[in-house]
Amino acid sequence: MKPFAYARASDRDGARAEAADNALYIAGGTNLLDLMKLEVMAPDKLVDINRLDLSELADTDDGGLRIGALVTNSDCAADQRIRRDYPLLSRAILAGASGQLRNKATTGGNLCQRTRCYYFYDTAMPCNKREPGSGCQALAGFNRIHAILGASEACIATYPGDMAVAMTALDARVEIENVDGAIRQIPIQDFHCLPGDNPERDNILENGDLITAVILPRPVEGKQIYRKVRDRASYAFALCSVAAVVQMDRETIAAAALAFGGLAHKPWRDETVEALLVGEKPSAQLFGRAADQLLAEAQGHGSNDFKIPLTRRVMISVLQEATEKGAAA
Amino acid sequence: MEITELSVNGKSHRLEADSRVTLLDALRNHLGLTGTKKGCDHGQCGACTVIVEGRRINSCLTLACMHDGDEITTIEGLGEPGNLSQLQSAFVAHDGFQCGYCTPGQICSATAMIEEAKAGWPSFVSDDLEGPDRLSDEEISERMSGNLCRCAAYPNIVNAIRQVAGEKS
Repeated sequence: MKPFAYARASDRDGARAEAADNALYIAGGTNLLDLMKLEVMAPDKLVDINRLDLSELADTDDGGLRIGALVTNSDCAADQRIRRDYPLLSRAILAGASGQLRNKATTGGNLCQRTRCYYFYDTAMPCNKREPGSGCQALAGFNRIHAILGASEACIATYPGDMAVAMTALDARVEIENVDGAIRQIPIQDFHCLPGDNPERDNILENGDLITAVILPRPVEGKQIYRKVRDRASYAFALCSVAAVVQMDRETIAAAALAFGGLAHKPWRDETVEALLVGEKPSAQLFGRAADQLLAEAQGHGSNDFKIPLTRRVMISVLQEATEKGAAA
Repeated sequence: MEITELSVNGKSHRLEADSRVTLLDALRNHLGLTGTKKGCDHGQCGACTVIVEGRRINSCLTLACMHDGDEITTIEGLGEPGNLSQLQSAFVAHDGFQCGYCTPGQICSATAMIEEAKAGWPSFVSDDLEGPDRLSDEEISERMSGNLCRCAAYPNIVNAIRQVAGEKS
């Protein structure tokens, strides 16, 4: 690990004051310290934000829930309101990492989790994300875990997390305080970036920006499902995951929100797929057409070709479960 | 150098160390508590698991200086020869190890995991999100998936944990 200065902030003003050009905030640190040990990341300074007052889960005025940025994954998944009203989010968090990691990982930090691309982790290899302009070794290399949607010639890395995929299907918003103390809210769909020509950028955060909360809208009726497919039964990243919130009106689909993990540089949501489902009666043909729509532009890169038919099957299976008669919420 | 006050197994320590020192290295190299083991040093194996403020964590993935004032329990704080904790005794009785390197992490992890289950926390394999009535073998395996055993003593580890979890529920 390269040397760095350490500052412990006691409040938000203090944290922002400590945030300099190559400073990073540290909360749980489970991903950041891993990357610092490998010198994939080498900040000059860490600003410890664990003492900030951001650990509360609170009801919002419009019936939603505000999850403080420092609420741990464990506390979020176990919270009674999340379990009751947003079971998708509990399920997604519990599908990720291990008990030890969920005890440290925070809501804000988890959003900033970096890709698990093997070449990003290997400092002996070129990687446009780690070292802009050096090239992408994954394109023609081992790319089993890599993107099939929204990738670029510069980068085919995936966003690895589960929590944000569920939050995307739940229409969450990310609350961010900038270095001057101004607060803005971003729909979570707009938080992570596609790689394009600048894959070094994972998300829209600017220097000194501090995530303060994730805000969930009022819970909706309907069936919530999180389905994750991975190489082992526990403690592994998603090859493909589907977060679904589906509401039925008698025989027809009244509303559908679908978000996908493991497929792209960000949690993937395609509203044209949802539009195709709404107002229709569930059928194998309909779900097949929805999968065609989702995967129309999908591109494999060799060892991840399997993800295209895999995603199709997982999505259809989730839609069948979500729309079957007698489906409990 | 960072100055950090740590309370480890009920005893206060004043640590003066580089900011890069992980909690794991502080315990082993600075405080001489070598019961906590370094396996992968990347949060993948769980050998370094300790209990901080009542929660099990990977001590390799956190900096010592981030824990100023925290209460830390290591394997040395759970029991000692002649006065083993229930889980330590159960691991002996069920032969829950071969080489023993992962064992301190397994026991620290299981000690806190049983408390998580008692608090009603659900897991990925729980049928509903109300939390399990009892820890089935499937529940134990899922909740302990952050602790690897290269000797694959898993069946006996599960037997040991089931015995203690059953007694406590």
